[in-house]
Amino acid sequence: MATYQLNVNGQRKQVNVDPSTPLLWVLREELNMTGTKYGCGISACGACTVHLDGIATRSCVVPVSLINDRPIVTIEGIGADPVGRTVQDAWVDKDVVQCGYCQSGQIMSAVALLKATPKPTDTNIEESMGGNLCRCATYVRIREAIKSASQQLK
Amino acid sequence: MLSSSRFFIRTLLLILVSTVAWIALTASAAIEVPEFKKLNADANRRDGLAAWQKVYSVLTSPRCINCHTATNYPQQGDDRHRHFANVIRGPEGKGVPGLNCISCHQSANADSTGVPGGHNWHLAPLSMRWQDANDRPFSSAVVCRAVTDRSKNNGLAGPALIKHHEEEALVLWAWNPGLRPDGSMRTLPPLSHAEFVAATRTWVEAGTPCPNK
Repeated sequence: MATYQLNVNGQRKQVNVDPSTPLLWVLREELNMTGTKYGCGISACGACTVHLDGIATRSCVVPVSLINDRPIVTIEGIGADPVGRTVQDAWVDKDVVQCGYCQSGQIMSAVALLKATPKPTDTNIEESMGGNLCRCATYVRIREAIKSASQQLK
Repeated sequence: MLSSSRFFIRTLLLILVSTVAWIALTASAAIEVPEFKKLNADANRRDGLAAWQKVYSVLTSPRCINCHTATNYPQQGDDRHRHFANVIRGPEGKGVPGLNCISCHQSANADSTGVPGGHNWHLAPLSMRWQDANDRPFSSAVVCRAVTDRSKNNGLAGPALIKHHEEEALVLWAWNPGLRPDGSMRTLPPLSHAEFVAATRTWVEAGTPCPNK
């Protein structure tokens, strides 16, 4: 076991966990932040996506020991960011969600895309969102919501 | 009488040394004839090519060539299959905004989750592809020409190639590739790192010769 000081959504958090523990489980089990979802556990589905130092990151495969002082932003905190708020609003406006399980990860990836590419093409969207799977196949509405958010962010 | 005898011995020694030096110089001049030069050059090239083949065996091993693809994606595994999760090369070989290489590959191997890692994880540029678009490794000659072409290899001359093979973090990673998700060790390249660097040095010192075909 080891003690780690984490910066989660701008707040300092201390956890005492095994160094090999994936960030996902630190968030969910130690900090009770269950908005970030466990999907596949092997970074294949994107449900566990958070931002680590601004980079969309698969929290299920990143041990807490490798995080160091990089800030973490989760679905619970992304609404404080103007791009994050706009994306969440677009998600609601376009009624993207069906079962909703994957949508935390979808939104985190979409925000990362729009921060890097404010006016994404269809190809940009397909490539950047290609690692986020949706069992309900809400892909068409996800694309619409990203385009809508992009328009709002003009 | 004694002094005359010493003078005689010294003179004799001087003559002897001069004679030996003359013979040595004559012999060395004989070696410098064109035939001998050609033999030396041939032997040097032969050694260099043999060393290159060792280097090539490492470059085309999965730990190296999986990130020297000609396609829009990296490969993984000893069978060099396409990287899972729809991973894309991206404009700089580092993935795309929602799915960067560092979305999973951190600064070090994550043995608890089986994800390899190293500093600045990324794909080699397309100019340094070592395989064709059907994932078949290029021949030794083609890879050699690419590696020695400074317009393709980021301007690396011979000594810089040695340094690259000796010190670059992602090159070194190949000999410390971490554990697979099932907990077993990833396969290493066919040579040790020391042997790889030694072969690179021999090849560079021979003038980086490449096979003709």
